[in-house]
Amino acid sequence: MTTYGYYPGCSLHSSSKAYEKSLKSVFKVLNLDLKELNDWNCCGATAYFGVDKDMAMAVSGRNLAMAEQQGLKELVAPCAGCYLTLKKANEYLKDHPGDHINKTMDRVDLHYAGKVNVRHPLEVLSTDTGLPAIAAAVKRPLKEWKVASYYGCQMVRPYKDFDDPYHPQSMDEIMKALGAEAVDYPYKTRCCGGSLTGTVEDVGLRLVYMLFKEIAKHGANIIATACPLCHFNLDVYQKKVSTMFKDKFDQAQGSTFTPIPVVHFTQIIGYAFGVDKRQLGFSDLMTQPGKLIQG
Amino acid sequence: MDVMRTVKYEAELDKHFGQRIMKHSGCDKISECIQCGTCSSTCPVSLYMDFTPRKLMAMVKAGFKDEALRSHTLWLCSSCYSCTVMCPAQIKITDVMYSLKRMAIEEGIYPKRFPTPALAQAMADIIAKNGRNSEMGVVMEMSLKTNPFGLLKMAPMGLSLILKGRMEIRDFFHRDKINNRKQLQDLLKGLKQREAQ
Repeated sequence: MTTYGYYPGCSLHSSSKAYEKSLKSVFKVLNLDLKELNDWNCCGATAYFGVDKDMAMAVSGRNLAMAEQQGLKELVAPCAGCYLTLKKANEYLKDHPGDHINKTMDRVDLHYAGKVNVRHPLEVLSTDTGLPAIAAAVKRPLKEWKVASYYGCQMVRPYKDFDDPYHPQSMDEIMKALGAEAVDYPYKTRCCGGSLTGTVEDVGLRLVYMLFKEIAKHGANIIATACPLCHFNLDVYQKKVSTMFKDKFDQAQGSTFTPIPVVHFTQIIGYAFGVDKRQLGFSDLMTQPGKLIQG
Repeated sequence: MDVMRTVKYEAELDKHFGQRIMKHSGCDKISECIQCGTCSSTCPVSLYMDFTPRKLMAMVKAGFKDEALRSHTLWLCSSCYSCTVMCPAQIKITDVMYSLKRMAIEEGIYPKRFPTPALAQAMADIIAKNGRNSEMGVVMEMSLKTNPFGLLKMAPMGLSLILKGRMEIRDFFHRDKINNRKQLQDLLKGLKQREAQ
């Protein structure tokens, strides 16, 4: 059994519990062990870099150093924000051995030798596990599912470790392996608005609207996300956006906006693997997948 | 008729501003900007900015410090890294934005009622205290500082999240704490002391 370290971050313990539940279920089916990093602290997200760069590197440095101490060589971060922040700190700390951040970490028993790999679960599933193993585990092939895979920004940029920064395929390929139709559309990695939906709502919601418009145009009946913030924006703000931009949707589609379920990509995999749907947290969603899900 | 000069004289610029920024990590290539505008065209929020990323790069290079630090652009940047990946001169524009944000906060000249810097600060404060954040706790803190009435508007959404079990009342008071807070606080203190030197 392969062991992966697990860094949940704040979202997977609150607004995106369904992501955690489904991720754990999928890893279990694939015989992958997920061990939560003990006493992890908040990654600081992108916000911290705008306040103090050294401290931003150091808070993520603490997580990396602890992962190393706890013997977790692979650290899986399902949130794109955590993933990018941990990767950024990892790169910096490895490139600057003996600088003041590393030295300050040493003084509080957080020596970091740079031996941890930061991974996204999509990367683990598409490269470590691979498509044949995923296809082999399918118990409920996803007929009728037309999935728009939405990658968001920080999972594929600026680090292009496992997929293309503008035209990624890894999630689409997994969906195909599960028997679903992968819907191609141009905004796969365009920003979902991130925290702007909460800070500068007018701008944030416009970005969400553009994604829905594009996805609806290409005929998807479900959206898959790989980041809790993308999921929050598309799932929770969907109703608001559909009301706010009602006229525009009407114009574009010639009909009224049809609500579209937005799910964590691991929920889809778990469902295809035959995991009991109650263990996948579908009931947490604002728009239910309806007929797509049976049993 | 009141007339106002709309053009800045060279003597009024902060000539070394660009060079100072270039010393920050990730910002060393600003001088290689060729003003092609790839950043602005790939940016999903450039059309709502007061200065597009291309203009901002030119302003930084030329020494328009005040204008650059007061710009809303910094706080609209959502860190999607599209400009950084696309830039033919390999300027890490997102990192330049971070540097400008930090300077604006340090000098206290960011737009005061703008919620993004308040969000960033709230997040940093809670981490320093507890080591962990709750999403809702951060939003609460930010709203209290910038737009308390906005919280009322958010109430229906909050309620639906609570009903779905995706948010808990206790999240508002950010009770989630790490065990070894002393270690994290000593780490941050150590870095602060160095900065003060």
